[in-house]
Amino acid sequence: MHDDIKDSLLKKSRATRSEQRGRIISLTCTAIIVLIVVSIFYFVASKGLATFFSNKVNVWDFLSKSIWNPGSTDSHGSPQAGALPMIIGSFGVTLLSAIIATPFAIATAIFMTEISPNKGYKILQPVTELLVGIPSVVYGFIGLSVVVPFVRHTFGGTGFGILAGTFVLFVMILPTVTSMSVDALRAVPRYYREASLALGATRWQTIYKVVLRSATPGLATAVIFGMSRAFGEALAVQMVIGNAVLLPHNLISPASTLTSVLTMGMGNTVMGSAANNALWSLALLLLLMSLVFNLLINKIAKRGRI
Amino acid sequence: MLKKRILMLLGLFILVGTLTACQSGSNNGRSITAVGSSALQPLVEAVGENYTSAHSGNFINVQGGGTGTGLSQIQEGAVDIGNSDLYAEQKKGINAKKLVDHKVAVVGITPVINKQLAIKNLTKKQLIGIFTGDITNWQQVGGPDRTIVVINRAQGSGTRSTFERWALNGQSSLQAQEQDSTGMVRQIVSSTPGAISYMAFAYVDKTIKTVSVDNIQPTNKNVETNRWPIWSYEHMYTRGQPKGLTKDFIDYMMSDSVQEKVVGKLGYIPMSQMKTTRTLNDELHITK
Repeated sequence: MHDDIKDSLLKKSRATRSEQRGRIISLTCTAIIVLIVVSIFYFVASKGLATFFSNKVNVWDFLSKSIWNPGSTDSHGSPQAGALPMIIGSFGVTLLSAIIATPFAIATAIFMTEISPNKGYKILQPVTELLVGIPSVVYGFIGLSVVVPFVRHTFGGTGFGILAGTFVLFVMILPTVTSMSVDALRAVPRYYREASLALGATRWQTIYKVVLRSATPGLATAVIFGMSRAFGEALAVQMVIGNAVLLPHNLISPASTLTSVLTMGMGNTVMGSAANNALWSLALLLLLMSLVFNLLINKIAKRGRI
Repeated sequence: MLKKRILMLLGLFILVGTLTACQSGSNNGRSITAVGSSALQPLVEAVGENYTSAHSGNFINVQGGGTGTGLSQIQEGAVDIGNSDLYAEQKKGINAKKLVDHKVAVVGITPVINKQLAIKNLTKKQLIGIFTGDITNWQQVGGPDRTIVVINRAQGSGTRSTFERWALNGQSSLQAQEQDSTGMVRQIVSSTPGAISYMAFAYVDKTIKTVSVDNIQPTNKNVETNRWPIWSYEHMYTRGQPKGLTKDFIDYMMSDSVQEKVVGKLGYIPMSQMKTTRTLNDELHITK
């Protein structure tokens, strides 16, 4: 016997079916993304670890020695792959640019949220968005034709070096750090400010002792985000840092970063050779560092919530 | 609502379909890919364009990427032609036995300096001193009191290998600033006081200055007779004997009309002009 009501209760309704379809689609997409990430990790790791397993480079030598000539071998017969100059170069430009950019970014963010939320926001918001959108090769080109001569005339040397790289990266990460700081300051509840002002605090006291303090985790996240961008930037830095695989004597002597050596060497090495594997090891190091930055951001975000 | 979505999805499929159809449409003609040396790239690009316009339906895709990329890609069979500044035997990790060499041109390489330096000539000994770090001030070679800034090409670059082999007598250059393209080298040498580097004749322009070595001028004539020994062949490697379009294109590249008209115009030296040949083991033979 045919029973419509029974059918409609036992069979899946249209809404259920479409829900299932949506679920399958989003699960597939997620799975694909996870698969891609895992395979990238696997690929970089297998290539990068080959330096240590098949080419017999000591991991400690890789991190602490400063002679980078992976195409030729040393007296022990293992490739000369000492990445210390690049590691120092990368951390140097990253930390210095973050140190310079942070006060500017936080000051701009305070101006945009606390001091002049209307006018300041209207002008500065498009400006920071514009800065984010400029391609890095343009920053590099400006760096090469303006910053490098400026450094040469003001501080001496050839102009190429960590200092020039720092200046270029400072401008590049400034918008990122600024807009994230703005978000962090805006997330501070309005009643914090009201309570502080009601207690008789001045505007500066409110900003300094209440708003900034409660936004600290957010601000720290913003800075680390900027740092991870600076660490991974290749092209602009490569154009101004000089790409000399030497331990930097000072801020104006030519240096190199992990990314700059990577992009320069890729085309000149043969897949599977020791020189090529050594470059993959640099890539692995970069990947691990970005992982560390992400973990830091996560940790800070968690602590901020409590 | 659902209909609209299905329509959109259909539209997307059709769009992707037509785009890929365009791609496969070009395969009705023939196409090959040449990858590698950036020193050779301008020549292959120009000749490839000429070839395409003369023989419609045939496409020559030219990509840079460097000598190492060219040789490893051709070894894997991923491309049809691998462009290289070096003999395949000279590159580590390449099994040259599988590859067939086609020398298509010769390129001369010259030391270049910043224009402000009043130096016209360096002896070979001075040149070696500068690039190995023994000479650090232009005063030591009769110039002004200025620090020498050495700019290298990236490790493994064909230009750098040729320069080290023939200008520095096989010694490797000191660790210094490195750039991965000749264009960047030219830009930096022209703007940095006291800078010295090296590049192919084809890239030399008014913004920088060449120097003669042991009073021999870096000219095509001197390369042809090997009086100027800093030069290298430009190779186009194929995997096995070339077939089909690859063969046609290499034949076209070697044809008299291309060798005489295009090669010389772009700053390379045609093979037919060379009065000497150099073997893989650097033996020199005088042919004319």
